[in-house]
Amino acid sequence: MPTSFIQPEFKVKIDYDKCHKCGRCVQQCGWGVYNFNERPIPDDSKCRACHRCVTYCPAHCISIEKNQLAYRDNDNWSPAARKAVWRQAETGGVLLTSMGNPLPYTRIFDHLVLDACQVTNPSIDPLREPMELRTFIGHKPDSVGVEPDGNGGFRLAEGEGMKNNLMLDTPILFSPMSYGSVSLNVHKSLAMAAQRLGTFMNTGEGGLHADLFPYQDNVIVQVASGRFGVSPDYLSRGAAIEIKIGQGAKPGIGGHLPGEKINKEVSSTRMIPQGTDAISPAPHHDIYSIEDLRQLIYALKEASGYKPVGVKIAAVHNVAAIASGIVRAGADYVYLDGFKGGTGAAPQVIRDHIGIPIEIAIAAVDQRLRDEGIRNWASVIAAGSIRSSADVAKAIALGADAVAIGSASLMALGCHLCQSCHTGSCSWGITTQKPELTRRIDPEWGAEQLTNLVHAWSHELQEILGALGVNAIESLRGSRERLRSIGLDEQMNKVLGVKPAGM
Amino acid sequence: MTTERPRYAEEASYKIHGGCGLMGICDESGKLMSGEDAILAMAVQHDRGNGLGGGFAGYGIYPEFPDHFAFHMMYHDIQAKEEVEALFDQYFLVDLAEPMPTRPVKGITDAPLLWRYFLNPYPSKLEESELSAEDYVVKAVMNINSSVDGAFVASSGKNMGVFKGVGYPEEIGHYFRLEEYEGNTWTGHNRFPTNTPGWWGGAHPFALLDWTIVHNGEISSYGINSRYLEQFGYKCTLGTDTEVAAYLFDLLLRRHKLPMELACKALASPLWDEIDRMPEAEQAVMRSLRSVYGPGMLNGPFAIVLGFNGGMVALNDRIKLRPLVAARKGSILMVASEESAIRAVIAEPDSVWMPKAGEPTIARVKGMDWPIHGDLHLDPSEISCAVTGTERSCDTVEVTA
Ligand code: SF4
Ligand code: SF4
Repeated sequence: MPTSFIQPEFKVKIDYDKCHKCGRCVQQCGWGVYNFNERPIPDDSKCRACHRCVTYCPAHCISIEKNQLAYRDNDNWSPAARKAVWRQAETGGVLLTSMGNPLPYTRIFDHLVLDACQVTNPSIDPLREPMELRTFIGHKPDSVGVEPDGNGGFRLAEGEGMKNNLMLDTPILFSPMSYGSVSLNVHKSLAMAAQRLGTFMNTGEGGLHADLFPYQDNVIVQVASGRFGVSPDYLSRGAAIEIKIGQGAKPGIGGHLPGEKINKEVSSTRMIPQGTDAISPAPHHDIYSIEDLRQLIYALKEASGYKPVGVKIAAVHNVAAIASGIVRAGADYVYLDGFKGGTGAAPQVIRDHIGIPIEIAIAAVDQRLRDEGIRNWASVIAAGSIRSSADVAKAIALGADAVAIGSASLMALGCHLCQSCHTGSCSWGITTQKPELTRRIDPEWGAEQLTNLVHAWSHELQEILGALGVNAIESLRGSRERLRSIGLDEQMNKVLGVKPAGM
Repeated sequence: MTTERPRYAEEASYKIHGGCGLMGICDESGKLMSGEDAILAMAVQHDRGNGLGGGFAGYGIYPEFPDHFAFHMMYHDIQAKEEVEALFDQYFLVDLAEPMPTRPVKGITDAPLLWRYFLNPYPSKLEESELSAEDYVVKAVMNINSSVDGAFVASSGKNMGVFKGVGYPEEIGHYFRLEEYEGNTWTGHNRFPTNTPGWWGGAHPFALLDWTIVHNGEISSYGINSRYLEQFGYKCTLGTDTEVAAYLFDLLLRRHKLPMELACKALASPLWDEIDRMPEAEQAVMRSLRSVYGPGMLNGPFAIVLGFNGGMVALNDRIKLRPLVAARKGSILMVASEESAIRAVIAEPDSVWMPKAGEPTIARVKGMDWPIHGDLHLDPSEISCAVTGTERSCDTVEVTA
């Protein structure tokens, strides 16, 4: 019997004429691809195409190629579908994977185009004119009550005005990724970058390590079903608190961080014993309905001196009604995670087949909140595969207040989207707790990479606003009139609230 | 004559682009000025329009009927007039109904039937309706504009009126014999629509009760402004930027009771940099205003003059992308798109300046409280209908001079 029907996905080719025989590839690979016997000998079956070796090879003599094995043509039974069957026949298990949904669903963002000014109204040059991206996340009243201040001016009347909002210098946050699923150095990089950028990182469900305390004003602390790391101190440190109900990559299911990843530091941050599996239940066992959520929101507000409390949900079919309920339950923001959002580990069947695209979720939620006259009551943060500043602009034009980036931020730290985070051996030192790998990221360098990325996107956003002839992000937010669709059907245009190009 | 009667629903199903010229003049002492000055100011700015729309609003022009609602009506045909008059008879005491005084002017053709009415709600009907007189009037305006084909209410406020149509403003002004009127405040407008044949009702000023707006510009944030207003029940069906500006003023001033200064600051917000440098209490107000009313902020190039009984406010966009000049001579404050217009009217102004971006220039007529109608409490969707109206083609109708 063969040990496996599954052939290697990639071929590692080394040009031995050029190879220095330095062994760096052996040392760099987190998956143990290489053996060294006078020269590096790769085992193709272990390669994840993460390109760590390729990047570090001083001779540029490594190439990773697709294993071009021919399969008898069958549109129905793709090679991937066949391999999945073989793997499950071999293991009897749920197929695990990571990062976001890779299947070729329609990428709606790529069917939307933005407007620009010509003649009847001028475009604005962001190099010469101010171009404002400042964004406030949180509840806003419907109106502002003022009273004369006695000096000919006005002041806010008692109890009036906007309170407890997060101020962002750019409408881009870092999405929740827990310490445990990513390394502490990744968390530090995100926290430092958030502070420099005037935005926020999010602890995810793994608690807040003491090393991040200096950055706590730029940290959103998450409360998830496992309640890892949650304490009064934790709640008091975060700038805002987020209740995690679901995640775009795995709506409706919980999480499982294997015991091997729970080292001493992770254990103390999560407040669980070392080496035990960290299991997040699928639901919060104290939230079985919307009124339970309301109680938790207010409990967290009380416990934290009325910090903003947001609720993160996966984008599912009924997302608009759910979001409305969340807003009415008192949440200061709703975090929508689309079905292409990343994950550190998820069953493949869930990641690839559950949930809806973020574009649709934004459009449906924004419209519903407007229809109900409660759009001001809470902000909408959108995530789940924001790949560029164009996606940011389109998400905001559809109605999001801000976006959060996870996969893109990890890519800034070297992630090559090899979809192997769940193995805990990330060669880039990102989704791993192995000390020899985690030290590959210097937080100072990481923060700079992240800062660069967000700065670049912010500049591009300013260029887009300028072309649109507006000089503040709030004039693009929800302005679907500035979007047109290409190649979407009428029904989809209706759902998105956009006209087709040409109209 | 069987022509299709226009269903006055909307001017265009798409957003209308255009440039324009405007003016506003107010004597804060309350002294009255002839409409001739307004005509002159607009004639100087002739080239800012293309002859497809001109208009004026005058305040304090009906001293003989100061407490009557003055309805300026446009009718496509006799049938529309009869239907509206039947409605008037049912709900109002009409003390005077007469054709608008006009004179034949070269260049003005295709005028609708133009009539004006001085009326007040039937006391018993008003009581029955449990509405304020203003609400009652707005409701009637809505009713006419939405349900009587071929009829449009050009204005409906007390002691004021809107005179507008298709033509250059100086032609429209002379056509309506504005030199025979005297008012404490006048605004004027010259339209340059880029895509419609022009419709009499579509010219500026745009009015609701005694609020009038003349507007030069393009509101690039129209998309979100209109969606924001929809939340409050307004329906932006006219497809013009002006409509959005009018409803936003209505929302902020009347419904949210913001003082004029702050309403202007919400609609043409200072930059965050400036806000960050303000004293703390002011900063708190501005932060809240900007965050709460961000979706209503008018972004893009514009200059607006809002007229009402008691004064006027001129406002530029937040980085001043459309021209607006102001001047003062004694108690007279004047604004216009071009300084030449001011100098044509005021020979030697005491001062002439360019109002700063987003800084409202406010004129208050002495002794008048404003805004005057603090407490309408109608369903906003009804109010929005009241100011929706529009065009197809208006046939040539004989104008009674
Ligand atoms: S890193 Fe490159 S040069 Fe060094 S041993 Fe590996 S393949 Fe050869
Ligand atoms: S984080 Fe590491 S393991 Fe996960 S996809 Fe990126 S490179 Fe691969």
